[in-house]
Amino acid sequence: MALVDNHEAIGANGVPRLSEASARDFFELLKPRVMSLVVFTALAGMVLAPGHIHPVIGFIAILCIAVGAGASGALNMWYDADIDAVMSRTAKRPIPAGKILPQEALAFGLTLSAFSVCILGVVVNWLSAGLLAFTIFFYAVIYTMWLKRSTPQNIVIGGAAGAFPPMIGWACVTGGVSIESIVLFLITFLWTPAHFWALALFKMREYGAVNVPMMPNVCGEATTKKQIVIYAVLTAVIGVVPTVLGFASLVYGAFAAALGLGFIWYSLLVLRMPDGDEKMVPAKKLFAYSIVYLFVIFSALMADHLVTTLWLTAGGAL
Amino acid sequence: MELMKLNDAQKKSRRGRNIALAVVLFCLVALFYVVTLIKVGNGMVN
Repeated sequence: MALVDNHEAIGANGVPRLSEASARDFFELLKPRVMSLVVFTALAGMVLAPGHIHPVIGFIAILCIAVGAGASGALNMWYDADIDAVMSRTAKRPIPAGKILPQEALAFGLTLSAFSVCILGVVVNWLSAGLLAFTIFFYAVIYTMWLKRSTPQNIVIGGAAGAFPPMIGWACVTGGVSIESIVLFLITFLWTPAHFWALALFKMREYGAVNVPMMPNVCGEATTKKQIVIYAVLTAVIGVVPTVLGFASLVYGAFAAALGLGFIWYSLLVLRMPDGDEKMVPAKKLFAYSIVYLFVIFSALMADHLVTTLWLTAGGAL
Repeated sequence: MELMKLNDAQKKSRRGRNIALAVVLFCLVALFYVVTLIKVGNGMVN
């Protein structure tokens, strides 16, 4: 009986409705595409960190970070179901599509949050678990419930939530936070505004329709484009800092600088885009490039670290 | 007590959720088992 009570909701005709959600619908609540980015950057943090972690423990750590990130996505979908229903990009999400009831998503998100944090704490260490808990809180409460609907700086500050995973990965291995892990955090943190504002430019009307104060709606296209260029430059600069600080090679530094110049180039194309452009092709190109940029920059960091480690190991053996 | 009757779609989705939950529970048990082996193994080595 309790099971039925938990799944029922009163339908439009007054008849209690039972859930028809499939396991796939619940998986969709975890925002799998965002989760893949989180997994990747957390893995980068673990690979780059000095020290050793048992491969199975490392796998469980990544799993916990992924589930924690997914849980915060479920809580986001629970809270934002009203605006998700209006925007074409999000209207097919499980809650607005009527596949999952809001209270089911809330329970799912809270349960997974608790499990992921506790298991990470018990199996790996409590600093990384604390960082994961803070990340979930930051994304679900600070960003989703507070910043998103109140300030055009929402994704600048809220971007911190997406930037924590490499720091958590680093903490899983070392048990601490260092300047290197802060640089990894800053790469994603400074990348986020240019990435999201490019999207916001060509989805401006949809955000306006649901009264989400994104930068283009509040400050205008011209200001947004200038801000995009500023953040693209900052992203390009932070991209080469690992070489400056000595935890990446000069080869990586040159590669990151080239990637960063590409990022700036695409942002300048957006800056030159005329106001009121309907198609916004440069903004779409910048959005696509920004996704590639983040995957490639973290891949390059990991590849550089592995090659350097192998080189030093081979040198030591000789 | 009057029980609610499930239609075919509800039965199908409930079965899918039950299977997914069973898989997750099994994986969780396996995960704790393996972690215990690793932690105990490390303790013995130390």
